[in-house]
Amino acid sequence: MSNLGKTLSSSLGKKLVMGITGLFLVSFLLVHCAVNALIFLNDGGESFNRGAEFMGTNPLIRLMEIVLFAGIIWHIVQALVLTMQNKKARSVQYAAYTGNANSKWYARSMGLLGTLILMFLIIHLKHFWVVSRMTDEITSGRETLFGEMKEVFESPVVVFLYVLSMFSLAYHLLHGFQSAFQTLGFNHKKYTPTIQKIGVIFSIVIPTLFALMPIAIYLGIIQ
Amino acid sequence: MSGNMNLTLKIWRQKNGNVQGELVTYPVKNISPDMSFLEMFDVLNEQLISEGKEPIAFDHDCREGICGMCSMFINGRAHGPKEGVTTCQLHMRSFKDGDTIVVEPWRATAFPVVKDLVVDRSAFDRVIAAGGFISANTGNSQDANALPISKFNADTAFDAAACIGCGACVATCKNASAMLFVSAKVSQLALLPQGQPERYRRVQSMVAQMDSEGFGNCTNTGACEAECPKGISISNIARMNRDYFAAKICKEEEVN
Ligand code: HEM
Ligand code: FES
Repeated sequence: MSNLGKTLSSSLGKKLVMGITGLFLVSFLLVHCAVNALIFLNDGGESFNRGAEFMGTNPLIRLMEIVLFAGIIWHIVQALVLTMQNKKARSVQYAAYTGNANSKWYARSMGLLGTLILMFLIIHLKHFWVVSRMTDEITSGRETLFGEMKEVFESPVVVFLYVLSMFSLAYHLLHGFQSAFQTLGFNHKKYTPTIQKIGVIFSIVIPTLFALMPIAIYLGIIQ
Repeated sequence: MSGNMNLTLKIWRQKNGNVQGELVTYPVKNISPDMSFLEMFDVLNEQLISEGKEPIAFDHDCREGICGMCSMFINGRAHGPKEGVTTCQLHMRSFKDGDTIVVEPWRATAFPVVKDLVVDRSAFDRVIAAGGFISANTGNSQDANALPISKFNADTAFDAAACIGCGACVATCKNASAMLFVSAKVSQLALLPQGQPERYRRVQSMVAQMDSEGFGNCTNTGACEAECPKGISISNIARMNRDYFAAKICKEEEVN
């Protein structure tokens, strides 16, 4: 195996991939949330549609979209490999295991939370990405992305699912954000408390903003 | 005596590594709260011997919290309910009359059960043999101040060196990861001048050995740090990761 291959297939190498792809996904969330938050201007989706059009046509963003898909897939595949290895590392389970005494449930449930996020992602991509990138609904001008949003969020079931999924995301990030820095080797008295604080704020603010979008549209607060 | 306890113990019995084991229930009576957990086991074993039964095999040596042998997973926690202690330092006053106590061996594929509560922790020895040492020439001892060491580094190295290799980190980690142990052993040398010549070779070969022993991968839950009887910090894991990535990216030393 090549040197790079050997490094990336070591335990720490796999963790490195998890951390870097995780933080990359965090940066994506920030951009995605910022663009979508334009609907809160309540201007009939005008600003949001312009933002969406920019994201859909700018060549650099289109390139990053490919990188993003690669990043998500790498994150997921690596998570799967790690989780399977970790299961194998304890072939006989404890009869009594008091995990809550020494760690947080969401830190121990990253695989489960990630799987919930993945299930959401598939539904979410079908709702918006497929329509805007795979059909000519939007490019032909028959429909706007904001219009699509209003249509999708007419269903209370969908709204409920979106809000619930944001809880999975919030808890995934609550552990993941600071965990990624620890994995990359950043642990320092001076800045680790700050990273942890930013992590908590990020994990609450971003999923809350996302969750408010379907709620606000469903309730007709955003027209 | 007043204050003495009657307890129900559920203890893992397994003849050897090739057969299935099971939890067996043993009642014990009149246990003094001043006994250590291991002394309570001695009482039980005396009782089993007098009944003509096979005593329970368990590891122990110093019984003063420094050798790290006394591996027991008690009521779902490594070394039982107290923080910062080994099993030999756990006293029966941490339990109440009538309690049921489940005692299991460390569970990790890399720590196979030898018998009952005894596991084979030689995987740790092989990790150390892979690089957890310095190569020093013998001769007269050096002048004590020949190598200046900052107070901070000396203290941090000493904190890492407090690791007694008990394996509680592996036992408690949901992934059975050995990263706290390995990172403590990497750190104690990486922080000192004597450890520098082999620093980047060491971290690579110790991690490689750790991986080949079949330990899991750290997910930073922090359980190891919370359960470690010596309070080894997970900041050591970050240091190991830094050194490892630096070695792979910036250093020429290669390790197979
Ligand atoms: C937008 C979506 C996602 C974001 C922002 C995200 C972010 C992160 C971050 C920052 C980490 C910490 C990395 C580390 O500890 O080094 C992480 C870990 C993890 N992620 Fe995700 N993730 C996302 C989606 C997913 C999905 C879809 C899955 C699985 C199907 C998943 C599974 C995991 C697992 C199992 C870990 C734990 C690995 C570990 O801590 O070692 N994640 N994620
Ligand atoms: S017997 Fe030595 S640490 Fe417990």
